[in-house]
Amino acid sequence: MSLPAVWRTRKQRYSLVGEVCPECGVKIFPPRDLCPECSKPAQTPYTFSGKGIVYSFAIVYQAPEEFEEYAPYAVALVKLEEGPMVTAQLTDVDPEEIKVGMPVEMVTRKLYEEGKSGVIHYGYKFRPRIE
Amino acid sequence: MRRKREVAIIGIGQTRVGEHWDKSIKQLAAEAILNAIKDAKVERVDILYVGNALSGELAFQEHLGAAVADYAGLRTIEACKVEAAGASGAAALRLGYLAVAGGLADFVIVCGVEKVTDSPIEKVNSALSLGIDGEYEREMGLSLTALSALMMRRYMHEYGYELKDFANFSVNAHKNAVNNPYAMFRNPITEKAFTEARMVVEPINLLDSAPVADGAAALILCPLDMAKDFNPKPVRVAASVVVTDTLALHERKDLLFLEAAYLSTRRAYETAGIKPNDVDLFELNDSFTIMSALSLEAAGFAGRGEGVKLAMDGEIFIEGRIPISTMGGLKARGNPLGATGVYQVVEAVIQLRHEAGPNQVKDAHWALVQSIGGTGGTVVTHVLEGPD
Repeated sequence: MSLPAVWRTRKQRYSLVGEVCPECGVKIFPPRDLCPECSKPAQTPYTFSGKGIVYSFAIVYQAPEEFEEYAPYAVALVKLEEGPMVTAQLTDVDPEEIKVGMPVEMVTRKLYEEGKSGVIHYGYKFRPRIE
Repeated sequence: MRRKREVAIIGIGQTRVGEHWDKSIKQLAAEAILNAIKDAKVERVDILYVGNALSGELAFQEHLGAAVADYAGLRTIEACKVEAAGASGAAALRLGYLAVAGGLADFVIVCGVEKVTDSPIEKVNSALSLGIDGEYEREMGLSLTALSALMMRRYMHEYGYELKDFANFSVNAHKNAVNNPYAMFRNPITEKAFTEARMVVEPINLLDSAPVADGAAALILCPLDMAKDFNPKPVRVAASVVVTDTLALHERKDLLFLEAAYLSTRRAYETAGIKPNDVDLFELNDSFTIMSALSLEAAGFAGRGEGVKLAMDGEIFIEGRIPISTMGGLKARGNPLGATGVYQVVEAVIQLRHEAGPNQVKDAHWALVQSIGGTGGTVVTHVLEGPD
């Protein structure tokens, strides 16, 4: 993703800031400015707790170019407590131990580097929940 | 709405799917176009639509409408490229259909083409994922394969299937490709080979996923009432429907329901005046076996969670209740991305003309053809009716 794109989405990437619809109360992540439920404008910021469960997961062996050095790694759809589904990597976990329904929480981690001297991309990942 | 004209396919052309180191994207497209023109015996064409997904990224050529028109000897013709990821070719047919049905053109060429081997495989694999959400899927390290694997895992979890239960989708595709001279992989595979194949994104393995390759295919369209002047066996386009859905998988209400596929097939059935029971063969998106299962369910051939059962019971074979991938599908004919949608239609036309040889579906009259872009963000569905 381009640097301007990373910059303009930094709040959602680093702090899981989404939106809440003032009309119907639906919590939205990622932010999209129009409520997916009622199609009304929804630009009120809402910070998610970062807690959720693994809805589905997969283990990436053949990774996209930028991610090759990290393979194999686990990816998941995480169902947040507030409702929305988030696509992210799982971290700090043995792939053998991942299960559908497993409670997880958001952490900020390195995603990939643009080569040796390039920019490092950070973002959210999810790890097994520590109570 | 004003009355539209009925549209027929009067010519088909294709190149072998594979690694064409000796041919450029323009050469591949021209070969398919000239084959189609020869098949239709037309002398003039009005418009050329080129379906293509990634020519700028992988073949270093955009402005593909003019590029292909020029190279195929059609200089000065109206032409442009149509892009909708893996559904690009089918979307190009949709535009051709609109032009003829709307009375704005009589003869339209629809060409699907993709040239991937001009780029290294790492770049090809990354480019394949340009059709998924860049900010919230790709940036997190996911690919189209990874997203399909998420669907497959959840499907196995909810309905209690194992990997081997999906084997027949690939076994069927490879079996059918043996008799297709245009197919990439003309070797049969076994259930054992399927279950033991190397993992790509677990639970998706190498024999679960379709190989990306070079290829081009073309169609000639004209009004149905003029069709018999050119071809004794015109195939009628009985329905042409495009439906879109969320680009990102996480935005879907239901991970295991291809809503755009459901809506587009339902509308296509209505337009054609048929029911799922009338369909003789279904050329679907089998880029991954999970997509075949979900497509069968969305099109009304199986209940939720039962698409895989159709494969396990052999109902998807040529002689089964609903034959799919009858010439090898994306899995074994190969998946030339933007060309794939046109290949699917070319193969359905061969079936409806009863020219499919050992792969002929008996008495085939109605074909359902469906192309999917990304994980289901674009779904293009056509119903084709055979001659008489």
